[in-house]
Amino acid sequence: MTDWIDIAALDDIPPRAGRVVRTTGGCIAIFRTHDDRVFALDDRCPHKGGPLSEGIVHGHAVTCPLHNLVIDLHSGQAQGADEGRAATHAVRVEGGRILLDARLLQARSAA
Amino acid sequence: MTERLVIVGAGMASGRMLEELSERAPGEWDVTLFGAEPHGNYNRIMLSPLLAGETTFDEIVTHDADWYRAHAVTCRFGETVTRIDRARKVVVGARGEVPYDKLVIATGSASVRIPVQGNDLPGVVGFRDLADVETMLATAQHPGARAVVIGGGLLGLEAAAALNARGMKVTVLHLMGHLMERQLDASAAYLLQKELEARGIRVLCNAHTQAILGEGRAEAVLTEDGALHPADLVVMAAGIRPETRLAVDAGLRVERGIVVDDHLTTSDPDILALGECAEHSGVVYGLVAPLYDMAVVAARNLAGEAASFAAPEVSTRLKVSAVDLFSAGDLEAGEGAEEIVFRDPARGVYKKLVLRNDRITGILMYGDVSDSAWFFDRLKTGQSIAEMRDVLILGPAGRGAGIDPLAAVAAMPDDAEICGCNGICKGQIVAAIRAGANDLAAVRAATRASASCGGCSGLVEQVLAVTLGDAYAAAEPAGICGCTNLGHDEIRRLIRARELKSIPAVMQEAGWTTSCGCATCRPALNYYLLAEWPLEYRDDPQSRFVNERNHANIQKDGTYSVVPRMWGGITTPAELRAIADAAEKYDVPTIHVTGGQRIDLLGVKRDDLPAIWSDLNAAGLVSGHAYAKGLRTVKTCVGANFCRFGTQDSTGLGIRLEKILWGAWTPHKVKLAVSGCPRNCAEATCKDVGIICTDAGYEVGVAGAAGLELKQTELLAKVTTEQDVIDLTAAFIQLYRENAAYLERPYKWVARVGLDWVRARVVEDAAARKALIERFETSQSVYRADPWARQAQPGMQPVKWAPLADLTLEAAE
Ligand code: SRM
Ligand SMILES: Cc1cc2nc3c(=O)[nH]c(=O)nc-3n(C[C@H](O)[C@H](O)[C@H](O)COP(=O)(O)OP(=O)(O)OC[C@H]3O[C@@H](n4cnc5c(N)ncnc54)[C@H](O)[C@@H]3O)c2cc1C
Ligand code: SF4
Ligand code: FES
Repeated sequence: MTDWIDIAALDDIPPRAGRVVRTTGGCIAIFRTHDDRVFALDDRCPHKGGPLSEGIVHGHAVTCPLHNLVIDLHSGQAQGADEGRAATHAVRVEGGRILLDARLLQARSAA
Repeated sequence: MTERLVIVGAGMASGRMLEELSERAPGEWDVTLFGAEPHGNYNRIMLSPLLAGETTFDEIVTHDADWYRAHAVTCRFGETVTRIDRARKVVVGARGEVPYDKLVIATGSASVRIPVQGNDLPGVVGFRDLADVETMLATAQHPGARAVVIGGGLLGLEAAAALNARGMKVTVLHLMGHLMERQLDASAAYLLQKELEARGIRVLCNAHTQAILGEGRAEAVLTEDGALHPADLVVMAAGIRPETRLAVDAGLRVERGIVVDDHLTTSDPDILALGECAEHSGVVYGLVAPLYDMAVVAARNLAGEAASFAAPEVSTRLKVSAVDLFSAGDLEAGEGAEEIVFRDPARGVYKKLVLRNDRITGILMYGDVSDSAWFFDRLKTGQSIAEMRDVLILGPAGRGAGIDPLAAVAAMPDDAEICGCNGICKGQIVAAIRAGANDLAAVRAATRASASCGGCSGLVEQVLAVTLGDAYAAAEPAGICGCTNLGHDEIRRLIRARELKSIPAVMQEAGWTTSCGCATCRPALNYYLLAEWPLEYRDDPQSRFVNERNHANIQKDGTYSVVPRMWGGITTPAELRAIADAAEKYDVPTIHVTGGQRIDLLGVKRDDLPAIWSDLNAAGLVSGHAYAKGLRTVKTCVGANFCRFGTQDSTGLGIRLEKILWGAWTPHKVKLAVSGCPRNCAEATCKDVGIICTDAGYEVGVAGAAGLELKQTELLAKVTTEQDVIDLTAAFIQLYRENAAYLERPYKWVARVGLDWVRARVVEDAAARKALIERFETSQSVYRADPWARQAQPGMQPVKWAPLADLTLEAAE
């Protein structure tokens, strides 16, 4: 069973934007899309580690700010001819609050 | 013996339940019906048409006195139930108590009054019941009366449209970025807003209500930006709250609504709840279809049958006459979801289907909802659409047949209008083609068809194809990205001709095939809009590349570089000291002197950007825009002030140019230089605009390059005064801003349009030059400012720099 931690309000992220959550194992990028869906991925592009949270968000994808890899937010998979995958994490929205999988906190802090 | 059934709330859900119960178990229950409103059940959803004057109250009554008499229902209307005593199994009303064997709570919801000063003034109403409608109509009678509707959702917009139809001046204040954000995406909301505005309704999004002002009654609404919206009537339509007070007091389990199981039983086995006050599987419903399902299930349970409620799919329509809008299912998509978007700009149609595993999971239609039932049926049954995916969006008509757009064009009569802007019919175009115009550009030149907004370009091409047959080689679609077939010029023309002022507006009118664009088209559209409408357009940070959003250059390791402006390459000890102090304070690892005559602080941490800039700003330094598609540097040499060969004040002129041009956004970056003599120490002959001073005056060159390509500037003009130089430069840059494609450097643009074309406008035509300079100044009145200082200004939405949350701290605890 998943435990959830309350991270922030949905409105703390503008639509079509990303922001980060710091964890001991590195930053997690939290994205809010045009249709108010929320996704969580490692904030590291599989190409050369670019901060995905700073990319342009379009549909359910983000374009990495460093060399334009397009990453699918559902799977973390690079699109098109590109390869690589950013790890994704469980996240959901409830009552206007963003909840992140608490295991992430524990697993990472234990590591 | 008949058992006693008490119902609290004479609304739509309980009304439907009574009907069902009287059919399934006639006479089995001794029914008492409480209703706080002074009349029995009526069709609440028809309050909107009632308010609009399209129906009468008598027509929307669903159960009249005869009905209650015939079905032996004891009515206690106009009486509010104040308490439920579960221990004694009685319900307490204002006029005494009634015992029950079974109790049904169907109290619906109440309008939320947002918590601002003045929300209880007379003249402030919700939109929930007949009394609210009567209050609104009383105010609407006064000629010229004004209404402010708070909330741009379903209810708010129905109220706004109805009051507008009654002759009131209506303003809608909506908190979110677009209307009906729960049911619509930005594209559909754009069309809806356009329609409402065409009727004279003012619609303001991102409008935060701060207070309702008035002496003794509402007179105006104040928003956070300081604007005052006069109002004789204020309609609160900012949400509804399930009416659960009785249940809470009685100790029943209540979350957002009164919690019920599949049989609609509450935590007390003798009490049922249904309608908007009930919560089933975590969901509270706000539309009648599911509530009617609940009513039937409750009635069957009371009649002794076992029935279960299962969450249905719900759909929404907006009851505003002549607005066709349908929304259903999960538009928020899900893992592996794809969307199919269809737009018909000419008819104002937008359709979007969300698919998942070859099944329709979301539907949104605006402007043409004729196929909505067909789609909704497929959504509800979950049938696979795999084999009709290509034509799915065309609805039932598209199945099998496969629509041939050319056949439709071939069938058009000669007098059918193709180009609405210029009033050109098919016959005229065919005649032009027969006379030798064999591509789009030729037809445009011959007839003016598609020459204005360009919206009919596709149709004209089809006429070409039909007329020329195999002889016609259709131009490859030269769309700026995968989201559109239109090129940069066509998009800019459309923005101008149709006065499009937002990204969703362009995407709709130009028929974008995606709902929110991509990383290629969004920055381009954002630039075109701000260049065209500098005073009106609100810059969209989310459509900007990271550097422009954060006003710094991102580095390969995610840190940033900071480059303060050094006007014309001149600096002072105080500036250098401030830069040195900042570099030390923020642990800047590398300081580099750039090729643009200024100092670059490399490796600044993202979170430090606002602080380092606040220090630099305090010392009078402003952003060098080293990251911008905008003015970068104006390089100068020391010129006549010091140099033994100097002919003019090259440094001073460079500084003056930089002070005029800085902050301007351009299609690509722009660099200038001013050299004090032809020895050209400032390398002016390879800049976008380069000025060489001579004894006789100034040689203004343009379209140089020294990056990926190397190219010498071409002479635009020789002039004699500094003011001439400044005028030519501003006019040239404005012409570039208005005409180049996004990411097209000046040298490429000039090569495309020709230096003569540029010279004709900038040099030879004094009136055109003056107009260009004026438009540049208008834009600069907004943009000639330091972005870091601007962030601190009221009304600007500052970038949020801090992390959303820091779990490293929590983990340590
Ligand atoms: C900082 C600087 C190098 C330096 O340390 O000297 C520099 C650094 C960059 N240049 Fe440059 N250019 C710098 C002067 C130049 C010059 C020389 C000049 O301006 O006098 C040129 C040739 C002149 C020209 O622009 O045509 C130059 C031609 C380019 C180009 C090729 C442009 C072209 O159209 O051909 C790019 C790529 C681009 O813009 O697409 C580029 C792009 C870049 C970017 C912004 C790459 C990027 O997008 O991240 C570099 C940012 C580095 C960083 O992290 O800060 N840089 N770059 C110079 C900043 C000048 C300033 O004060 O603003
Ligand atoms: C203007 C308007 C337009 C709408 N349009 C649509 C639409 O197009 N489509 C759609 O599906 N839905 C629409 N709705 C929503 C729909 O009307 C509601 O979902 C539906 O009426 C809810 O039914 P209900 O029985 O739960 O509550 P209600 O119909 O609100 O009935 C509850 C009744 O209980 C009474 N009551 C509350 N507390 C007490 C108490 N303590 N004692 C006695 N009586 C009490 C209330 O006065 C009220 O009469 C609209 C609603 C409004 C207001
Ligand atoms: S070469 Fe440069 S420095 Fe020397 S005089 Fe000319 S402008 Fe001045
Ligand atoms: S690091 Fe993301 S594309 Fe290179």
